[in-house]
Amino acid sequence: MRARRRQRLLIILAMLALAAIAAGLMLYALRSNINLFFSPVQVVAGEAPLERQIRAGGLVAEGSVERDPQSLDVRFSVTDRVESIEVRYSGILPDLFREGQGVVVLGELQPGGWVRAEEVLARHDENYMPPEVAEALKEAGYAPEDYRDKAAEAGQRLDSRQRADQE
Amino acid sequence: MLIEMIPEVGLFALIIALLMAVIQGTVPLVGAATRHPLWMAYARPMASGQFAFVLLAYACLTASYMLDDFSVATVANNSNSMLPWYYKFSAVWGNHEGSMLLWSLILAGWTFAVGHASRALPHDILARVLGVMGLVSSGFLAFVLLTSNPFARLLPDVPADGSDLNPLLQDVGLIIHPPMLYMGYVGFSVVFAFAIAALLSGRLDAAWTRWVRPWTNIAWAFLTLGIALGSWWAYYELGWGGWWFWDPVENASLLPWLAGTALIHSLAVTEKRGAFKSWTLLLAISTFSLSLLGTFLVRSGVLTSVHAFANDPSRGVFILMLLGLTVGASLLLFALRAPRVGQRVGFTGLSRDTLLLINNLLLVIMTVSVLLGTIYPLLLDALGLGKISVGAPYFNSLFVPLTVLLCLFMGLGPVSQWKRTPARALWRHCWPSAVLAVVIAALVPLIYRGAWSPRVSLGLVAALWILLPMLKGLVVRSRQATSRLAGLRRLSLAYWGMLVAHLGVAVTIIGVSVVANYSIERNVRMAEGDTASLAGYTFTLTELGERRGANFVADTARLEVRHQGQSQGFVMTPEKRLYLATGMPMTDVALRPGPWRDLYVAMGEELKDGSWALRLQYKPLVRWLWLGALLMAVGGLLAVVDRRYRRRSARHGAEEAAA
Repeated sequence: MRARRRQRLLIILAMLALAAIAAGLMLYALRSNINLFFSPVQVVAGEAPLERQIRAGGLVAEGSVERDPQSLDVRFSVTDRVESIEVRYSGILPDLFREGQGVVVLGELQPGGWVRAEEVLARHDENYMPPEVAEALKEAGYAPEDYRDKAAEAGQRLDSRQRADQE
Repeated sequence: MLIEMIPEVGLFALIIALLMAVIQGTVPLVGAATRHPLWMAYARPMASGQFAFVLLAYACLTASYMLDDFSVATVANNSNSMLPWYYKFSAVWGNHEGSMLLWSLILAGWTFAVGHASRALPHDILARVLGVMGLVSSGFLAFVLLTSNPFARLLPDVPADGSDLNPLLQDVGLIIHPPMLYMGYVGFSVVFAFAIAALLSGRLDAAWTRWVRPWTNIAWAFLTLGIALGSWWAYYELGWGGWWFWDPVENASLLPWLAGTALIHSLAVTEKRGAFKSWTLLLAISTFSLSLLGTFLVRSGVLTSVHAFANDPSRGVFILMLLGLTVGASLLLFALRAPRVGQRVGFTGLSRDTLLLINNLLLVIMTVSVLLGTIYPLLLDALGLGKISVGAPYFNSLFVPLTVLLCLFMGLGPVSQWKRTPARALWRHCWPSAVLAVVIAALVPLIYRGAWSPRVSLGLVAALWILLPMLKGLVVRSRQATSRLAGLRRLSLAYWGMLVAHLGVAVTIIGVSVVANYSIERNVRMAEGDTASLAGYTFTLTELGERRGANFVADTARLEVRHQGQSQGFVMTPEKRLYLATGMPMTDVALRPGPWRDLYVAMGEELKDGSWALRLQYKPLVRWLWLGALLMAVGGLLAVVDRRYRRRSARHGAEEAAA
């Protein structure tokens, strides 16, 4: 009986140890893989850390998208209508990326104040404003609805311009 | 006249269904508690009636879509007269309201199936099981009726045409993905109901587990297929070739899958050894709770993604209340009653019991780590502590080592014995497999394209370590009979099911480790006549053009692809579509699938000088991911048709007497 009890105690201790290790590893992994969100205002104010992965977001400033003629490099500005930051990216932009629309970029802030993006996210829904972006805009003193309308307006303007180009 | 009334008929049918569900969720439970046979007898007819009326409501909604009745708000928002009929059919669940109705329909369907397949079940158990399912159903039907009525009208200003289905959802994968996933999610409500019934009655015997195991397996198999379909859909539809993003919505479906996997294994121990009873009950409750949590995360609008159709806060609150009520009540019941059900069964250090216990612990740790990564950002946000996101590296850094660890024990489990396994015999059985696995895993990547990667080797070791001891066990088992074939034939279907499912895990692991480490991606800028090469293939852009589809216009590209040294090539034609009704652009990928590799071409964007940005990808063994999942599902279903679950009614009494 005593042997059995000791065995049970050992099993329980082993399970506790395992759980503790697991919890520790989880928290460690979580800590080193959290990406904080910053709006352009916060970035310009120096709140965002340098050369650490962050997420930044806002609206793609109209007329700011510049493609390199030789490669797939692209630059654009992300703005919350108060401040704006430059984003540089190399690769293919998502389907819904457009001037005037909300985007979130995942990347690292460089000493020159621009962001080197590894990923650019524009969501699947046309009317969708990333919630972080909406909040950042609200803090900058604009109602998100204004933005949605403005974004839609800008989108329409661009569309008609494109259509005119094609015709 | 009649046609115009279809939505109203649907709404009335839904209300009747709710009333029946309420009766089904109360009367039989009270009857079982007071041992009132007449009250208990309400369960089955109510379940059938509820199913019939939900089905009618669902048929009415489908009819509204098919007949382009744009006076119904959901139809106007999610369909279009130009939409092909099969997308009209699947558009029913391509939005919040309809998908919740589908949820309710599947729940009613499962209830109906339980009511009819379980005639031999003792009356009080059946009454309790159906009663609990009726309660769950009442909650969801009330949710549909109160917060997301799919039959709401747009009167009197009926739009001339609908605003079309989201183009991403106009796809075959999406016709079957949600129903499969829901079959899985909702299927776990059966084992949940059985668990609650066991807690209420205080009886949990071998017969109970034999009732529950097939239902659990079916639900699990559907969930496996649903997740795999979702991953496949994301792979070819989103246009960037990823197959798993650790997106909260994907995690929401992975959570019940992990808990369900643990449950299946724990049920095996409960059936064979009568052990882990309370644990099994807890897992059954957790699995269904995680299904509900998944529904909450996806449907409440706390997450924004392709799955979150609408942001109505009242819906989120309602589901959260439903979730809290279900989890709270069932855990309270568990705390009060579990000690009655539990029973101590001894087993020693090394045995299949122990190995399955470890398997369960690891699966639970995996579940918790995914859960933490998924809801941590939501919690912080809800508490106003800032907006964060947890990146894929978090999940990978936990999930990969835990999976490897799990595989270590998966290799041992099937070849060990219940109650006690002599360590020496296990060692003798397994060491040649271990050596072989390590040697093959180290060598194969060297032969393949000459680039050795430790991660691929690790994945291969894990997969082979699952397979080899199991195959050897098969050989040993068949040797004991008069002839090989007779020996193999004597093995039960449940055993074959286990074998196939574990094979599936190994295949998926091989696929994941190879595709994650050997994929090659190039983003190139190409004009007509340009050539790019990738992994021994040359891609020549021969033509750029335009095309008009049923409800979209598209820019098209034509690429001639040729493998090194081969004269015969083939053509790939990716497209970039613009859907007219919504104005949404969409990438239509060109795929060249194969068992050993996929070639993947997606059009990015048009550049100023008329050239296009193209994404070229080489994806080795990517099909193995989904093949493995398919095998797992087949394994789960094979185990269901095992004879011992069918003969149970005859043996039921004898078993109980023996227990």
